[in-house]
Amino acid sequence: MDPEGSHKNIVVADPDPIIGPGQTLTSVTDKISSIVLTPGMTKGWLGGFTVGVMLLLLLNVVITYLFAFGVGIWGINVPVAWAFAITNFVWWIGIGHAGTLISAFLLLMHQRWRTSINRFAEAMTIFAVMCAGMFPLLHMGRPWMFYYMMPYPNPMWLWPQFRSPLVWDVFAVSTYFTVSLLFWFVGLIPDLATLRDKAKNRVSQVVYGALAMGWRGSAVHWSRYEFASLLLAGIATPLVVSVHTVVSFDFTIAIVPGWHSTIFPPYFVAGAIYSGFAMVLTLAIPLRKYYHLEDLVTIRHLDIMAKVTLATGMIVAYAYIFEAFMSFYSASQYEKFMLMNRMTGPYKVVYWGLITCNLIIPQALWARKIRRSPVALFLIALVINVGMWLERFVIIAISLHRDFIPGKWGMYYPTRWDWATLAGSFGLFFVLFYLFIRFLPMISMAEVRTLVHQTDEEKLHV
Amino acid sequence: MPQIFHRSANYLSRASIIGAVVLIGLLGFALWEITMSPWYTDQYVAKQQPVPFSHRHHAGELGIDCRYCHTSVEKSSFAGIPPTQTCMTCHSQIWTNAEMLEPVRASYRTDQSLSWTRVNSLPDFVYFDHSIHVAKGVGCTTCHGPIAEMPLTYREGTLYMSWCLDCHRQPEKYVRPKSQVFNPFYRVPANQLELGRQLVKEYKIQSLQHCSTCHR
Repeated sequence: MDPEGSHKNIVVADPDPIIGPGQTLTSVTDKISSIVLTPGMTKGWLGGFTVGVMLLLLLNVVITYLFAFGVGIWGINVPVAWAFAITNFVWWIGIGHAGTLISAFLLLMHQRWRTSINRFAEAMTIFAVMCAGMFPLLHMGRPWMFYYMMPYPNPMWLWPQFRSPLVWDVFAVSTYFTVSLLFWFVGLIPDLATLRDKAKNRVSQVVYGALAMGWRGSAVHWSRYEFASLLLAGIATPLVVSVHTVVSFDFTIAIVPGWHSTIFPPYFVAGAIYSGFAMVLTLAIPLRKYYHLEDLVTIRHLDIMAKVTLATGMIVAYAYIFEAFMSFYSASQYEKFMLMNRMTGPYKVVYWGLITCNLIIPQALWARKIRRSPVALFLIALVINVGMWLERFVIIAISLHRDFIPGKWGMYYPTRWDWATLAGSFGLFFVLFYLFIRFLPMISMAEVRTLVHQTDEEKLHV
Repeated sequence: MPQIFHRSANYLSRASIIGAVVLIGLLGFALWEITMSPWYTDQYVAKQQPVPFSHRHHAGELGIDCRYCHTSVEKSSFAGIPPTQTCMTCHSQIWTNAEMLEPVRASYRTDQSLSWTRVNSLPDFVYFDHSIHVAKGVGCTTCHGPIAEMPLTYREGTLYMSWCLDCHRQPEKYVRPKSQVFNPFYRVPANQLELGRQLVKEYKIQSLQHCSTCHR
């Protein structure tokens, strides 16, 4: 490449690599597959899984009680008929967006650093969408009638109300789940074949073998695999934007001040990616530490993710500022009141908590030192997770509790069942996630091997 | 290393792709068939009654008007089940010793109503009014079927909402002249659509399809 050829064949170490030095094709495969194939459970895994299962059991109790007594067990009532459950729904579905962005959008953009984080980010997406999808169903009042939302042939000749954003939600979320699951599974196939070949016991061989669907790694297989991945990435990329846009329609279609706003779709999408990247960081930092994956999920990765977080955080900040500006500029007393009520009303602690968590503290990410410090980044990611949850609560519950007529103002206080449902959804998420890291490769072996190959080639040509 | 799967796994996996589609299709078809079957809907299932009352005999062969027994059909939401006294207007004079009619006479003596088994029963969340349907040219047999040919009464419709909507969406297919409403032998004329459209206009029939029309 160098015209003078003076540096030919000199291996120059990248000072900030996307893959640790000295990794070979074998070492990558062994490192990742051994986590799955080593028999038994580590204490850390078992501990975390136990906590997850206990929270999941709590969710079980909540759902049983909810089905028996109805949504009245939550603190919701007129005027605040939507509160924790919908907040949780929007929060969880937002989390998922980072996974899709990493796996699909960055694939199309040829961002190679995605390879070592895309697998568990996609898993996070799928589990987060499952947690999210649960909430509207639980909120229905008669959850066993959920299939009324689907257009299926029925003897009532009844069709869903296609003018309702709640029906759009059903389509957006189910499409999102299906495409994410397919994308994840297609990506897993070569790795499942690796596990099949490396597995020692018969059960693992058969299970991984069946899931690998006869993958032999031939050139035809790889060519079709690449093509399928690209196609699915092409389908999934618009979903990054569309799903949370549709979710935001749940609010914008209504005329409640604080909901009825044209800024919501882009604002929700940015917020979704913001919270999603925070969640990816929240999961990645302990994982790389516990399973010693620092060479694969490098400081460079954390740095890049922190930058994306900061960038989307700034978009969200812009939206907050413009939301406030538009309220004053609107010349509508209800819009102005809505904002003043957020800032100085009975829930002002929540609003200022949101501003602190989402706007002020993340500004620390401007510092390179903080972006490259796993501990600091982990703490900031946690803060953003909390902040994004508060944001949805502010939008949903605070807008509802005081709207047009003072006579119908009211307060919302979460009950212990509200908190238990939220905690229980974490149980579902973590149980699934712990099972995932135990039984499936949390980093794509095939893609990281490609990356090792490519970086080796490049070193030779510097 | 020995092979994990037998050669047949190749065929099985390919067959499973088609199999899954076929299975889901069949499952859907079976569910639909069950939903529409008389076993599930009670359609065409004649019910046992305390007295084997025959509409074929009374309304068909004898030609008694529907309103002789179902007196409130033109005025009320409920067509009305006749009291024992209505039966006795005739049966105090004819078939006075018939074994079959003993429950009727017993009811008359003791003043205890006959406990008929309901054949057409709409759920409580549906508002239905006989009087407006009768007044707008919906014949008895349009919903209740060939009642003058039923030895024991059975349900003609599924009573599914689609069954109601069939007519509410296209009343011109079913409506008849007001003079023919209580005629149990009315036959749908060849020019039903033409006549229907004319009657819909004449009787000012609205095609009411709002949820709250029936679910009030």
